[in-house]
Amino acid sequence: MKIVKTKPELCNGCGACMTACSKVLYRVEDPKKSAIRIKEKAEKSGSYEIFVCNHCGECIPVCNTEAMYQAKNGAVRVDDKKCVGCYICVGFCPNNAMFTHPDINEPIKCIACGACTRVCPTGAIYMDEK
Amino acid sequence: MVENVIEMKKAHRLLARMDYELGKVQKGYTNRTLYINLCDNTIKSKPVTQQMKDIFIGGRGFGLWYLWNAVTSETKWNDPENEIIISTGPIGGITQYPGAGKSLVVSLSPITGTVIDSNVGGYFGPLLKFSGWDALEIQGKAEKDVIIYIDGNNGYVTIEEAPEEAVDSHLAAEQFTAMYADSEEDKRNVAVVSAGRGAENTLIGLLNFSFFDLKRGVPRLKQAGRGGIGTVFRDKKIKALVVKYTGVKGDTNGPADKEKIINAGLRLHREIHDLDKVQNRMREVGTAHLTEIMNDYDLLPVMNFQYGSHPDAIKLSSDVFKKYFTQGLPDGCWYGCSMACAKAVDNFELKTGPYKGQKVCVDAAEYETIAGLGANCGIFDPEYVIEANFYCDTYGIDSISTGTLMAFVMECYERGIINKEITGGLELKFGNKEAAMELIHQMGNGYGFGRIAGQGVRRMKKIFVEEYGADPGLVNDIGMEVKGLECSQYVSKESLAQQGGYALANKGPQHDEAWLIFMDMVNKQIPTFEDKAQALYYFPMFRTWFGLNGLCKLPWNDIEPADNGLTDEPAKVPEHVRNYVDIFNGVTGKNITKEELILQSERVYNFQRIFNLKMGYGTRKYDIPPYRFMGPVTKEEYESRAERYDKQLKELGYDIEGKTVEEKIKMLREYREDQYQKLCDAVYRRKGWTPDGVPTLETVKKLGIDFPDVVELISKYQ
Repeated sequence: MKIVKTKPELCNGCGACMTACSKVLYRVEDPKKSAIRIKEKAEKSGSYEIFVCNHCGECIPVCNTEAMYQAKNGAVRVDDKKCVGCYICVGFCPNNAMFTHPDINEPIKCIACGACTRVCPTGAIYMDEK
Repeated sequence: MVENVIEMKKAHRLLARMDYELGKVQKGYTNRTLYINLCDNTIKSKPVTQQMKDIFIGGRGFGLWYLWNAVTSETKWNDPENEIIISTGPIGGITQYPGAGKSLVVSLSPITGTVIDSNVGGYFGPLLKFSGWDALEIQGKAEKDVIIYIDGNNGYVTIEEAPEEAVDSHLAAEQFTAMYADSEEDKRNVAVVSAGRGAENTLIGLLNFSFFDLKRGVPRLKQAGRGGIGTVFRDKKIKALVVKYTGVKGDTNGPADKEKIINAGLRLHREIHDLDKVQNRMREVGTAHLTEIMNDYDLLPVMNFQYGSHPDAIKLSSDVFKKYFTQGLPDGCWYGCSMACAKAVDNFELKTGPYKGQKVCVDAAEYETIAGLGANCGIFDPEYVIEANFYCDTYGIDSISTGTLMAFVMECYERGIINKEITGGLELKFGNKEAAMELIHQMGNGYGFGRIAGQGVRRMKKIFVEEYGADPGLVNDIGMEVKGLECSQYVSKESLAQQGGYALANKGPQHDEAWLIFMDMVNKQIPTFEDKAQALYYFPMFRTWFGLNGLCKLPWNDIEPADNGLTDEPAKVPEHVRNYVDIFNGVTGKNITKEELILQSERVYNFQRIFNLKMGYGTRKYDIPPYRFMGPVTKEEYESRAERYDKQLKELGYDIEGKTVEEKIKMLREYREDQYQKLCDAVYRRKGWTPDGVPTLETVKKLGIDFPDVVELISKYQ
């Protein structure tokens, strides 16, 4: 499967990826509802870190409700019907690549759709084989 | 199974039904209580008042308030007026913070004669609230076995005669779960409370609260173990309570500020993820890790609390149990518990009893059970512990009380106080696992010596003295109960503060009020009486708060932030206290401080103390433990720690040259008993109580619990 891969050194922090992602996931333009996050490095202004799921699947066994699963295309997804919004998966994510928002009961998580990569102006994120 | 339960359900006879408007949880409360009387099959809704929420908060607080109003000082545990109240509390049911799904059960206890509370996991409390009820209050007694069913999606409650389902919990939970779930996927939405045949035949009956384990495909059982509430349950002829609610989500508890809760939860999830593996390994082995720690510090009860360690304790260590526990499963007893300590042994083939040869999933084993049924009885066999744990649970008898009473029986046997004639042939020596297992079956099934043992340590002392000529001094010194409740599994002899932690506890010697042994004995952080009194003020108040809110104690200090040691008061785990303030405020929309958190508990704690007084207890003389809590009763005990005791006596200025062990025991006893009395003085002063241990009028006024009947009652003791 193809997942979002990153070259943080190319990122200019424009945030277009976050807007695109929240639009796909929740039909709003709100970076706080995005499954990809760009964060400026505290120690180096103008440099960014990119947090996005690599679909490693470590969240699957920690889930009490069997809501985390690997979809047919290989992406790790959340079954909203089963999820009770405990966010253990968020706390246990080894890459800090899952997110929460008080309006959304389930964890906010990348579905590997690639929408973010299509709007990235610098090539800092791109789709590639896992 | 499915066909079976269809037939069983057909045999039900409807006794009463109430339809109700589905409620909505707002800021942690539904503002209603479901009241049921089994004498006349009343089902009704009662309002939860603002005063109840302000003073009693929820959970154990609500239980105490309802029971206070339901019983008189003359009421006995098996009178129809006695109640069983189950409530979780405002925080109970949130899914974002570990350990937030507890139910608190309150009733008059068959073994203590006064009010008891017990804290238990499983899904019942939260699903009850989401079905529209902050509490379930059950009064009266049914004529035949009944169940109470609450349908939280369709809005009705029924009382039904249920003649065919099993009483024993591992079967009852499975049958009722299958009966009320629409499908396999739906089973997680059903929660069952049940007891077992042993709850009918002993006074130490417990309640099992189920939760459906999706990975194992079985209902699991968590226990409201202490004080015999299961015995009350079966005396009321309740076979099961069943609640069904589909649709738990992250906001079902109606929080005022969900973000506060999420942030606190994520902080803790990350700590557990990063640090549990290097701290207590709760995710791997649960509380079983305590066995080796207690053994190392000479605190593991061995052979009826005579000793604190044993070379064979290694056979009961967590590494041994780890091989039995199924690893890598999310063993939380409510959603969102990343501490996941509820370990289980799968496919365990039973060797004895009515289910011999069957393979079962056992919720086993926790530290208390390992220490109580194992080391305290001189039995160092993990498979015995697992099997005994299974039978205690499914028979519905408390494994802590069973361990402590079994240890007492064994010491009495070894000392010749009882013999084979009295035990009906059972050779109840320390280490005899076959005899111990047989006694558990006798207790469960109500025959032989089990009928005596099942009455608990306090009643056995009386029987042994009155009927078998036992020396009352000796049996009173070695029978490990206070207020009628059997002691939980820590040796308190060398920690004065923990002697208070046990014997001053409102319900009896359970460590859920205070566990101060390391602070006191190991780290020596509380050297003076005032220091100990402050600890015996703060920690019982702080820990009471968990029971008002539907919380588990373990995520408070069985995981600690990496920098906790650098804080001013590491024993309090300040960052986690902040989390609790945040989640309470996040749920309720209030703005309490950590000081107000303590005040909330102080009200309920003092009210419970006064409740003991109402029932004829609650004064100083009921706070005095048997001497074995404080020091060595026998020569062998003294000799096992002779160096320590000799040194202490010399430091105190006693001349021990040429003195016999008996003489030295007497000197030490004189000193330690006096120390304990001084501790009581200091603690009562700190709590705002009279020298007889009764809250003063000033204290109850300050706390706002100066209800007319409270004032009238305590006025007699001022």
